[in-house]
Amino acid sequence: MQSNQKDKVQVITGNEACAEGALAAGLKFFAGYPITPSSEIAEILSLRLPRVDGRFIQMEDEIAAMGAIIGASLAGAKAMTATSGPGFSLKQENIGYAAMAEVPCVVVNVQRGGPSTGLPTLPAQGDVMQSRWGTHGDHPIIALAPHSVRETFELTIRAFNLSEMYRTPVILLMDEVIGHVNEKVILPGPDEYEIIQRKKPDVPPEEFLPYKHTESCVPPMVSFGEGYRYHVTGLCHDETGFPTNDPVEIDRLLRRLNGKIEVHRDEIIDVKEDFLDDAKIGIFAYGSTARSARRAMLLAREKGIKVGMLRPTVLWPFPEKFVRPMGETCSHVIVPEMNLGQMAHEVEWATCRNAEVVKINRVDGEPISPQQILDKILEVAS
Amino acid sequence: MFEYAKYLRLNKFPLIWCAGCGDGIVLKAMLRAIDKIGLSNDEITMVSGIGCSSRLPGYVDFNTLHTTHGRAIAFATGVKIAKPEMTVIVVTGDGDATAIGGNHYIHAARRNLDLTVILFNNNIYGMTGGQVSPTTPVGKKASTSPYGNLEPSFNISGLAQAAGASFVARGTVHGAHMLEKFIEKAIRKKGFSVVEVITPCPTAYGRRNRMGTAVNMIQDLKENAVTLKKAAKMSPEELEGKVVTGVLVDIDKPEYTEEYAKLSEQLKNKVGVD
Repeated sequence: MQSNQKDKVQVITGNEACAEGALAAGLKFFAGYPITPSSEIAEILSLRLPRVDGRFIQMEDEIAAMGAIIGASLAGAKAMTATSGPGFSLKQENIGYAAMAEVPCVVVNVQRGGPSTGLPTLPAQGDVMQSRWGTHGDHPIIALAPHSVRETFELTIRAFNLSEMYRTPVILLMDEVIGHVNEKVILPGPDEYEIIQRKKPDVPPEEFLPYKHTESCVPPMVSFGEGYRYHVTGLCHDETGFPTNDPVEIDRLLRRLNGKIEVHRDEIIDVKEDFLDDAKIGIFAYGSTARSARRAMLLAREKGIKVGMLRPTVLWPFPEKFVRPMGETCSHVIVPEMNLGQMAHEVEWATCRNAEVVKINRVDGEPISPQQILDKILEVAS
Repeated sequence: MFEYAKYLRLNKFPLIWCAGCGDGIVLKAMLRAIDKIGLSNDEITMVSGIGCSSRLPGYVDFNTLHTTHGRAIAFATGVKIAKPEMTVIVVTGDGDATAIGGNHYIHAARRNLDLTVILFNNNIYGMTGGQVSPTTPVGKKASTSPYGNLEPSFNISGLAQAAGASFVARGTVHGAHMLEKFIEKAIRKKGFSVVEVITPCPTAYGRRNRMGTAVNMIQDLKENAVTLKKAAKMSPEELEGKVVTGVLVDIDKPEYTEEYAKLSEQLKNKVGVD
């Protein structure tokens, strides 16, 4: 290792990497509320943001924090909040508002055991479906799940980029293991990642339609105070942004909103494939569970069992395009999750039931160990 | 004749408010106050929650934000802190600001964030059909208090005062000129400001409580309104059922965005991270 590289080595947690990633992405406004196991993100940003012309505020509750980041984003600031299960539940109504009004923002959920107050200090992956369907009504959403400290940094930047590009809330679905694990990392420098800003209109104010049905399904966006005065509402609205009850306009709006993720699905989804070329047994794993799964896969390979793994870094939209072939080449697809099988159902339909989906589930606050997955591989292989 | 049109989105008219609703009087008073201060349309962001009064931003040609129920002040907090040079006015109602949104109301006051809250108090949830609100007087009927309300009311101006607001005034739609002055002072005030406006809802509140026409209801406001000066000489018994109007709080104290800017400036001059 070169000496200048050596200087860049840090031992940090996922929560620290998330805060650093957000700053690297251009975060200028953070609003939060204390909750374990995400509080370090707020603590770090309370220290850092006032020094970089950014604003930090601890709000009176989780709902207010979500509202405040939407307001800040409309005023032109890249904005984020961070929470965990109970707080994520409270934020849902305003997440739907951000989806409906197309306000870019990032919502970090460092998952802990649930339901309810559950297990404040222990990991889970129980909010996978909530991140997709937590708010009411058909709505677009993007959710990312990092499996390491370095990837948390990268995916936090990507969360901002996707939110700016598609004008949508993006959920960064961490878990307590990733939030608190200390790892040795060299974080990428500014020339190693791309930062995307929301597209501004190229027409004068009098021609500006804030919710125009463009080909990309993503209308350009302008901040409050830039001379383009417009109306933002959570009600169904037409291209001008004003409420409407016209069925034709409502249908157009909802199809465009949901369509914008569909149209760009291939650009959004991302999976990491390991040894899938010759695999007879597949593993579908994400977040911290993917670490155990990878270890189990390598141990099984040492025993001559052809196991491969698919690890999505984007959970929503679901990467069915990459999951389907596993059904054709593998006899079994093992899905280890710290929940009772939320993603396993998705894998089942995506593989068209060509392969047998084998679930490994834990909801006791303990991570799934490599041995537990290896045992299942051996059982399936025999 | 005052030129209202330059502040209005006339193509969005007619207003959704019922005949006899007092909200239009507040809208006009607010626009006259804004004009007096000389703010341009671009310099104002108007934020509202859910309810009749919260539909107001749709009709005015500012940067307008119609949010979720109770959360107008939370959204406005984000706008103001991200863009402190913006004049941020919150338009809300008694249910929106003091029931579902009560927490944001008191905490924005505590922070002394430079927002102006124009709180339309019509003692009822009008838009949803006349349900009882935190300011429905005891004994009054609502669609969810058919036998008469059992719950005492909030003093919502007092609430803002106790929580730390810099400026609090209460007026009625009968005193439209007084209202205009209060709103002007509230916007000019650097700090959290509230103007509580008592406004009649003849449709959902007056009719159910046999309060007569909209004109009768405004006459009642005139008769029941007591200035702060006069109220000081009255006994609590005499003040029963009266509406005390006037500037209740007008103090200067550190404002949140200014304090934050000072902190940022101090930190910039310090080298390195502690």
